[in-house]
Amino acid sequence: MSQTVFAPWDDPTQKPLIQFKGVTKRFGDFTAIDNLSLDIFEQEFFALLGPSGCGKTTMMRMLAGFETPTSGTILLSGQDIAPVPPNKRAVNMMFQSYALFPHLSVWDNIAFGLRRGNSSKDEIAQRVEEMLRLTRLEKFSKRKPHQISGGQRQRVALARSLAKAPKLLLLDEPLGALDAKLRQDTQFELMDIQEKTGTTFVIVTHDQEEAMTVASRVAVMDEGRLIQVATPPEIYEAPATVYVADFIGDVNILEGKAHQAGDKVEIAWADGELPIRGTTARTFAPGQTCHFAIRPEKVTISTERPDSANVLRGKVIDIAYLGNLSTYHVRLGNGTMMKAQTANTRRLANRGITWEDDVWLSFTDTAGVLLEH
Amino acid sequence: MNPRRIFLIAVPYLWLLALFLVPFLIVLKISLSDIALARPPYAPQLDLSAGWNGLRSFFAALDLENFVFLTTDDLYWKAYLSSLQIAAVSTVITLLVGYPMAYGMARAAAEWRPTLLMLVVLPFWTSFLIRVYAWMGILSGEGVLNQFLLWTGLISAPLTILNTNLAVYIGIVYTYLPFMILPIYAALEKMDDSLLEAAEDLGCSRTTAFWLVTVPLSKAGIIAGCFLVFIPAIGEFVIPSLLGGSGTLMIGKVLWEEFFSNRDWPVASAVAIILLLILIIPIVLFQRNEQKQREAEG
Ligand SMILES: Nc1ncnc2c1ncn2[C@@H]1O[C@H](COP(=O)(O)OP(=O)(O)O)[C@@H](O)[C@H]1O
Ligand SMILES: [Mg+2]
Repeated sequence: MSQTVFAPWDDPTQKPLIQFKGVTKRFGDFTAIDNLSLDIFEQEFFALLGPSGCGKTTMMRMLAGFETPTSGTILLSGQDIAPVPPNKRAVNMMFQSYALFPHLSVWDNIAFGLRRGNSSKDEIAQRVEEMLRLTRLEKFSKRKPHQISGGQRQRVALARSLAKAPKLLLLDEPLGALDAKLRQDTQFELMDIQEKTGTTFVIVTHDQEEAMTVASRVAVMDEGRLIQVATPPEIYEAPATVYVADFIGDVNILEGKAHQAGDKVEIAWADGELPIRGTTARTFAPGQTCHFAIRPEKVTISTERPDSANVLRGKVIDIAYLGNLSTYHVRLGNGTMMKAQTANTRRLANRGITWEDDVWLSFTDTAGVLLEH
Repeated sequence: MNPRRIFLIAVPYLWLLALFLVPFLIVLKISLSDIALARPPYAPQLDLSAGWNGLRSFFAALDLENFVFLTTDDLYWKAYLSSLQIAAVSTVITLLVGYPMAYGMARAAAEWRPTLLMLVVLPFWTSFLIRVYAWMGILSGEGVLNQFLLWTGLISAPLTILNTNLAVYIGIVYTYLPFMILPIYAALEKMDDSLLEAAEDLGCSRTTAFWLVTVPLSKAGIIAGCFLVFIPAIGEFVIPSLLGGSGTLMIGKVLWEEFFSNRDWPVASAVAIILLLILIIPIVLFQRNEQKQREAEG
């Protein structure tokens, strides 16, 4: 059985649904979005990820029509959307605050958008019932928003924004108010709904795990700029910059001078330590400063000196027990801290390594990535 | 119940008893009495020194004559109806003027709102009478308004505004406007702007969003404002006497005349009792609205 991989961004014949072309947005003399270009394709689940204040909401508001770009154009299905007012766009938004109408019941909230079109009463009722089923809210249809829980409110907001079957659905930190467990359930629910409806989703989040879970592609933003746009595995395994590596997941960063021979690089990172051996497709000038980034789970910790391309010696300072995993904080000879993570396949009592133990850290020469900045 | 609680509950009730129930009973009693050339000008007087018999003859002398009298002269019911009508029309006008003002205030930049609020209540800093006299100066035949209109050439002869119902409407709307603006402003200011964006996002134009979201969400404020204008406007006396003409019929004015010109306290009291009964309906409705709103918020 062969399965076609969903990757329209790699296919030059595909037309993007949304195109940002050199979009800049200024508030006064503050630049919220800085000359940003981006393509988002149909049926994508696209995540905008970045710290608070980096311009994620501003991007969404420009798509929804509540802000206009200071310069540049945004195309939706090839059409410039600048002259189209929010109420005429085939785009719906789920607001960060949900923005449910407090004076209307759950049913009427969901029907609100449908009533603005020219569907008949029966069609509206049918669609609302369908949305209530999809979001499992049938029992609450008569309640007012203040009579239901936070999680239910969030589902009403989702149902309301999906009801009109928009081409594009914008979700601004939709799960921000939920606790961890409900959040995870809802993430899968969202993916399910996205698959069932075939709608293009753009989701804003500052939670990297959430972005990795739900998204077909992730855009990492910082100060109004896109730093990297890639699939979750690419972002994780091949971050473009130290910022991205650091933002997504846990990482060890070692800084040093590169000496390249073919695709092999030796990094002199500390006096008295052996250089780190890595592999890269980039070219570094001899002696150029570079950053070696390696994920803690790719670092092996052992009490015996292993046979590996890179071996470092250190002492265990701290152990973070995460249930399924343990993270060891190890101090290397020159004082640098490094994290190594292992799966807890054995019970806690049988663990071989404990505080103050002298240990060996090792990793292969392909385990880490080399970054210029 | 502990004494502290009893005390806490008793205070407002004693207050009501002293300032509302006792005066009400006195007025009710006078309304059941007969006019007399005496001081005070009604009979019977309660004479406790006559003992049990005195009390019995006192109650025997009370009757509903004055209320019956009110039905025999159509001046009274006409005055009641006309008061209701003037109050209702003024309330609607006040709403039409006040809502946009409250809306503008709620939409204004946050740093301007306290100033605007201050400007709305600023007129209260001068005496109400002085402000009504000022309107006489503005609206009279040689008044500021007519002079201005004559100067611009819009009219060739002065308009008669003072001593007409129009002047009464102007006076009531002007006086009670803050009572309309403040509750509506309070409701609008609480409203989350993202609700309007959500409405637009779901396909509303700005105008439909206003009717479907803003108006329903300020409903409690509108109702409160309307009652706060309507209830005192029915019994209004100063404005119709100073700005209104001989044709302006309002129950407050009738009451004043019965009391001071005719010195017929019993009839005046009967007029007041009926007015109170008429007002009880909107007051109860107003209380209901307040309570419902509290429940919705709680
Ligand atoms: N209407 C506005 N006026 C001025 N500054 C704004 C406005 N909206 C957003 N900003 C600024 O733009 C930046 C990006 O905001 P936003 O897009 O909301 O960030 P986030 O990524 O947290 O959603 C922030 O620094 C914010 O203060
Ligand atoms: Mg935001």
